[in-house]
Amino acid sequence: MQVRLLPCGETATLIEVADGSAVSAVVAALVGRGDAATPAAGIVEVVPAARTVLVRYAQAATMAAQRAALEALLAQADPTPPPALGERTVRVPVSYDGPDLDVVAELTGLTVADVVSAHTGLPWRVAFGGFAPGFAYLTDGDPRLRVPRRAEPRPAVPAGAVGLADEYSGIYPRATPGGWQLLGRTGVPVWDSHRHPPALLRPGWWVQFEVAR
Amino acid sequence: MSWLEVIRPGPLSLLQDGGRPGLAGIGVTRSGAADRGAYLAGAALVGNDPAGGDAAIEIVLGGLAFRVLEGPVRIAVTGAPCPLRLGEVTLPYGRVVELGTGDVVSLGMAPVGLRCYLSVAGGITAAPDFGSRSRDTLAGIGPQPLRPGSRLPVGPPVARSPGSPVSPLPAAGWGRVLSVQEGPRKDWILHPAALGRAWEVSASSDRVGVRLIGEPLAWAPSRIGRELPPEPVVRGAVQVPPSGLPVVFGPDHPTTGGYPVLGVLTGAASDQLAQVRPGDVVTLAWQR
Repeated sequence: MQVRLLPCGETATLIEVADGSAVSAVVAALVGRGDAATPAAGIVEVVPAARTVLVRYAQAATMAAQRAALEALLAQADPTPPPALGERTVRVPVSYDGPDLDVVAELTGLTVADVVSAHTGLPWRVAFGGFAPGFAYLTDGDPRLRVPRRAEPRPAVPAGAVGLADEYSGIYPRATPGGWQLLGRTGVPVWDSHRHPPALLRPGWWVQFEVAR
Repeated sequence: MSWLEVIRPGPLSLLQDGGRPGLAGIGVTRSGAADRGAYLAGAALVGNDPAGGDAAIEIVLGGLAFRVLEGPVRIAVTGAPCPLRLGEVTLPYGRVVELGTGDVVSLGMAPVGLRCYLSVAGGITAAPDFGSRSRDTLAGIGPQPLRPGSRLPVGPPVARSPGSPVSPLPAAGWGRVLSVQEGPRKDWILHPAALGRAWEVSASSDRVGVRLIGEPLAWAPSRIGRELPPEPVVRGAVQVPPSGLPVVFGPDHPTTGGYPVLGVLTGAASDQLAQVRPGDVVTLAWQR
């Protein structure tokens, strides 16, 4: 497995790999596989993202020491990603009235109606969670919808806003700053701290957006 | 059980402890005290958990006043040196003070620094959220900001050998030279060395991030117009958006970011930054 170890301060290293399945394999190497998964000694946190995995240590260490420990762990890594934990499709009704619909239409060369059909046409896969509680990066949707983030992030994006950035779509769990292009809004609560688990969307699941009636 | 009642909270007073590490995978950031060193010094003084399990009050600038509804309680103030008064009596900074039922304590405004920590022996035992009493201002997790009339339960003190007194800060304030180490995306920036100079702290800075004002940094020409896949970030990460003005992440940072991280402050430098006020000038210095 090809990995690149990038420095990330006194207590962390960022591991860069080729794709999402390599991310899963690295996570499995660091925390183990199955229900009994716990991080290897000295590691407090393993955070997967698109093509990187952050490893955070309890104690500050030099990059050289972090590198040696990780290389030893990853040398024995099984490159096959662990099996997904079960699939489910969550239907998410959206009112497509977002402030960036016209911009997305312009950037993609589609009409606004085509943007909506593209967003609802294919299901999106939950790749990983991050950013804020309950936020999930959704991928594998219609590739025509790949648009850049806004040059200047908005100071406040409303809760339930549905947006696009690069290859991803996502749902803002609550009002936060954000730089994604906003297509519309949904009332589906993606985060509820009284629910177990609190995040609605889990990696490996699918999201089917649909036009709200 | 002992109780405190907030009379006035000042500009912003939040409960903070060592935070909730380990939940970044579901988007929950660590949060916790912004100046960890000052918070842990306070915990040590009053004999609280040295691992950050007991909540203190993080007070921006000062201005908090409270009454002891049921005492006795032992408190100590660390971080920004807010003058502390019990009625007409001035109480010492960085030392343990015992208060009785009915005592009213008020904090004046700190002459230097930004965040003051009021530690109480036994900790403030408001209901925890995901294993911590830290208020995460980005996610809205943890106990609400203090308000007039907020009642704060105090846990039973644990017998530990008390910590040594904390020296008050030098009148000149905190060191303003912040050590920064190489970050994962240094190669996205044309002249990384240009981060190593003086920057003004913007007024739109908070526990999520501190925005720096100065000569914008340029992205490497080969990266302009490209999108970085979202990747995990840490407290102290110096992120450079296309505008070229760096944002340094604080304790309530989003768990992932989409802009390149040029450098990462050391833990000590992140603590220092938590004490810098808007309008202050800081110098970033690359650590070899």
